[in-house]
Amino acid sequence: MLNWPILSTITFLPLVGAGIIFFFIHGDEEVHRRNMRHVALGVTVVTFLVSLLLWIGFDPQNPGFQFVENADWLGGFMSYRMGVDGISMLFVILTTFLMPLCILASWESVQSRVKEYMIAFLVLETLMIGVFCALDLVLFYVFFEGGLIPMFLIIGVWGGPRRVYSAFKFFLYTLLGSVLMLLALMAMYWDAGTTSIPELLNHQFPASMQFWLWLAFFASFAVKMPMWPVHTWLPDAHVEAPTAGSVILAGILLKMGGYGFLRFSLPMFPLASAEFAPLVYTLSVIAIIYTSLVALAQEDMKKLIAYSSVAHMGFVTMGIFTVTAQGVQGGIFQMLSHGLVSGALFLCVGVIYDRLHTRKIDAYGGLVNRMPWYAFAFLLFTMANIGLPGTSGFVGEFLTMLGAFRVNTWVALFAASGVIFSACYALWLYRRVVLGQLEKESLKAMLDLSGREKLILVPLMLLVLFFGVYPQPVMNVTAASVDNLVAQVEAAREGATSAAMLGR
Amino acid sequence: MYTAIVFLPLLGAILAGLITMAGAQARHPVGQTSERRSLRDRHAEGDDHHHAPAAAGSRAAEIITCALLILSAILSWVGFFDVAMGERQGFTVPVMTWVQSGGMSADWTLRIDSLTAVMLVVVTTVSAVVHVYSIGYMAHDPHRPRFFAYLSFFTFSMLALVTADNLLQMFFGWEGVGLASYLLIGFWYQRPAANAASIKAFVVNRVGDFGFMLGIFGLFVLFGSINFDTIFANAEALASDQSATLNMFGTVWSGETALTVVCLLLFMGAMGKSAQVPLHTWLPDAMEGPTPVSALIHAATMVTAGVFMVARLSPIFEFSISALTVVTFIGAVTAFFAATVGLVQNDIKRVIAYSTCSQLGYMFVALGVGAYPIAIFHLFTHAFFKALLFLGAGSVIHSVSDEQDMRKMGGLWRKIPVTYVMMLVGTLALTGFPMTAGYFSKDAIIEASFMGHNGMAGFAFVLLTVAAAFTSFYSWRLIFMTFHGRPRASTEVMNHVHESSAVMLVPLFVLAAGALFGGILCSAAFIAPEESAEFWKGALYAAQDNHIIEEIHHVPGWVKLAPFVAMVGGFLVALFFYILRPETPKTLARQMGSLYRFLLNKWYFDELYNAMFVRPAFAFGRFLWHRGDEGTIDRLGPDGISARVVDITGRVVRLQSGYLYHYAFVMLIGVALLVTWMMFAG
Repeated sequence: MLNWPILSTITFLPLVGAGIIFFFIHGDEEVHRRNMRHVALGVTVVTFLVSLLLWIGFDPQNPGFQFVENADWLGGFMSYRMGVDGISMLFVILTTFLMPLCILASWESVQSRVKEYMIAFLVLETLMIGVFCALDLVLFYVFFEGGLIPMFLIIGVWGGPRRVYSAFKFFLYTLLGSVLMLLALMAMYWDAGTTSIPELLNHQFPASMQFWLWLAFFASFAVKMPMWPVHTWLPDAHVEAPTAGSVILAGILLKMGGYGFLRFSLPMFPLASAEFAPLVYTLSVIAIIYTSLVALAQEDMKKLIAYSSVAHMGFVTMGIFTVTAQGVQGGIFQMLSHGLVSGALFLCVGVIYDRLHTRKIDAYGGLVNRMPWYAFAFLLFTMANIGLPGTSGFVGEFLTMLGAFRVNTWVALFAASGVIFSACYALWLYRRVVLGQLEKESLKAMLDLSGREKLILVPLMLLVLFFGVYPQPVMNVTAASVDNLVAQVEAAREGATSAAMLGR
Repeated sequence: MYTAIVFLPLLGAILAGLITMAGAQARHPVGQTSERRSLRDRHAEGDDHHHAPAAAGSRAAEIITCALLILSAILSWVGFFDVAMGERQGFTVPVMTWVQSGGMSADWTLRIDSLTAVMLVVVTTVSAVVHVYSIGYMAHDPHRPRFFAYLSFFTFSMLALVTADNLLQMFFGWEGVGLASYLLIGFWYQRPAANAASIKAFVVNRVGDFGFMLGIFGLFVLFGSINFDTIFANAEALASDQSATLNMFGTVWSGETALTVVCLLLFMGAMGKSAQVPLHTWLPDAMEGPTPVSALIHAATMVTAGVFMVARLSPIFEFSISALTVVTFIGAVTAFFAATVGLVQNDIKRVIAYSTCSQLGYMFVALGVGAYPIAIFHLFTHAFFKALLFLGAGSVIHSVSDEQDMRKMGGLWRKIPVTYVMMLVGTLALTGFPMTAGYFSKDAIIEASFMGHNGMAGFAFVLLTVAAAFTSFYSWRLIFMTFHGRPRASTEVMNHVHESSAVMLVPLFVLAAGALFGGILCSAAFIAPEESAEFWKGALYAAQDNHIIEEIHHVPGWVKLAPFVAMVGGFLVALFFYILRPETPKTLARQMGSLYRFLLNKWYFDELYNAMFVRPAFAFGRFLWHRGDEGTIDRLGPDGISARVVDITGRVVRLQSGYLYHYAFVMLIGVALLVTWMMFAG
């Protein structure tokens, strides 16, 4: 029904915006900066609106790829191939949705190098959307790794005092994983003779090869996710990144790991996934409990939320590798919900950071006395972070644990204990920052949310509630693709077992 | 109509919430930088919100929420006579789909049967009464719209809980009331004690929810569904069938044992919400909230959610004798434990809080011996007289300038006679004075525990009877210390003592009517052998060989008399201690110091939990952070690698010293090594 290449449009529209800012706006006067902000905002909003066409035109019954585009590239060795299915489509929309909010969040807080900042963000958006749309291994790799560069710059240039350390830590960790993935990509090409993802999905790799390929991909995705014990870059990166950087990091970059597991590890290496599932469960459960406890001891707001992100991603990896409909759908839902909730929490931290320029929890207390709107917004997102039913945070957590329980009750038992811990650290944070008497002199002049800040937070609040009460829009879109994925993996495993039986 | 009952309070909550937020916006300056502040704001800067004027729209919020709640209560009574008292069979009202994933589906659906109808009446009536009462009680509070929004939100969640048609919706209501409880306990957010208590309540409840969730998963694995109809229809078959298995925690459970495991997990949730030992510690602390909240949430409705849950799931619990035995045991222990602690508390609200805890234990004993109708009957009557006691206590506290310590009261009955009479009514009902509500329900529980068939029934009977004596003692102690004897408050306070306004007293009359006549009017319908079957219409399940409702009418005479004797005994001792010989309690406390302190400190549960869980969790968190993340992962990972890289490059740099003889020497060594190798390999 849509004849024009909509995916490419969405992907490269931000790049066009970056070009406009780069070529047409010169000078560093206030008026120029304002123009840059407006261009960036306009482009991201248009991108978001166009991406909504995807959701409207999406056929939820079709488990395969839709809106497919094909063009030869680099002499036919690989091709420019784009398309989305039920698993990836919503991540595209999440990206385009969060982007305007990020631009708005940086409206006043970023005053130096506005031009470069906006360009970096727009380029980043292109690369992120590309990751979720790419249907070619090499194209995927380019987008996947390309995203590192603008993010590295955003942390390294506009970050806090330890920004260089954090940026390099972030870069080193992710690069280590990617190198291994590159090797795996080459191996896959030599075995299958193609880099097209749809074709690779139907290719059966030998069991021994799956083992190594799985590990190589795992190295990359586990760092991105991040899973314990390769998570230590995340708290540092979050702490130093500017607010909008944290939002993108938590909201979207982390989801690439989970998306990678769903796109590559599970369907392409089903046997190895089964073999390594206990490892993934163990790491997930450790992540849930370990990082929750660490979060309890944090003194820096952003660090606390960063650690809670690691715990929540533990639910995702756990759910995905159960290979049950509930586990996988729950994992996807948890990622989307976490994109909204953790993004919103970082925005909430940003709100008070902009006023007081510190993230130390001790510096606050009793904000509710001056900032009732803020207190309400923060409360809602805190509750969503805890996973209270009626907010989007609950649905994903519940489904992943249900999936895990069907596969292994011990895993579900330990994961469920995370439910207790999350309440502890989140409420403890809320109590120290928002509740109590307003005693500190520095806080007496705090002002409540401005109109711009409400414009950012209110849509997030509504969405968090909406998807908590009525998650079906997401469930409907993902159901067919997820069922297909689960069936495919199970068929591959059964095939392998029966082959082994015959061989005996 | 039923949809309206559930959603009217939500509408009220949303409207009151909007008024709150609009008011907040008007009163607080917005923006990012302080330069924009107007003169007015600077002026208002120093003001303390305790004495701030009431939020705009307070009156509107009060009227809206109260009106909607009263409407909801009237509709509930209509439903009660339609479904429970009338002929109508249970039915469901679909609202919309919620979550569907794979084979799991859970919809928003209202399940209306006799059990729901009873709960609807209890919840909406007490809630409406408390709403009206709060208009008077909270009259001086600047945050009234917020308070009423929370109250209505709580009522909505509770209604969602009792109308749930599947476990997930029940869990929604379950957590919703938990949130409302958290918000209301911490309503006065400027008080550190209130904030601590609210977190404690939420977290302790979460410990219970942990079990509840696992129980839901277990049921899903066993039945392939979390809808009540499917589960109930297949429970009996599953209990006798060994083929359905639950592979859990390394063991394969089947048939009845599988049900036992699931029931115990679910019961863990009930223990948390209904404050049963050992998850009871949050309830007394919850008294930090405003008194109307204590009456509504922490006495009449929310804390009974656990009782409701077990009753609702009676078709499963009935097939697991082991689980029911545990329920009996926990209930009996709680009833006894809480009563002992209640004996010595000095805070008027805490006495009633422990009394609530204890009475919930009674209900669980009734559930445990299979007497589900009696448990719900006690829930029903208890809601009235316990709310009455709390609201009466609120009226007392209000009159003595917010003092809660009974040692600083006394001799109040002449000054506030209406409140006094109301408290007397509540006390009579609680202690089970003949013909009051408690007489019918509580005594029936004690009789049921005597006739119960599970292993813990006899144990429960003894503990409950002793607890009945304690109940009588601490209830009368409360009356005597508060209203009789010499005034111990300062003259200034005594001069201020005044009877509460009509808006606070009328709700007391409503509840008092329930406490006096609720038992005698409803006992036949709820628990008489024949009528109750018609009343419940299968909403509460009883297995084929469960005839406990019939059997309690054949208990020996001395069992019937036992609770009465216990009540009179408790009364006489209290009379002796606090009226006739007021110095006895002090002497006794001195003589048995350690016992007294043990009880006063609530058996040291809080101290134990702090030492066992709270402090270690924080310490372990810090340990993992510094030793784990920073000390191990970073040291061996990124920091370590970069340090090694720096080391090695440092050494490589040192090699390039620039001296010719260094280079010549290295070359010579190289040649030597090469020659040696060639000779050996040669």
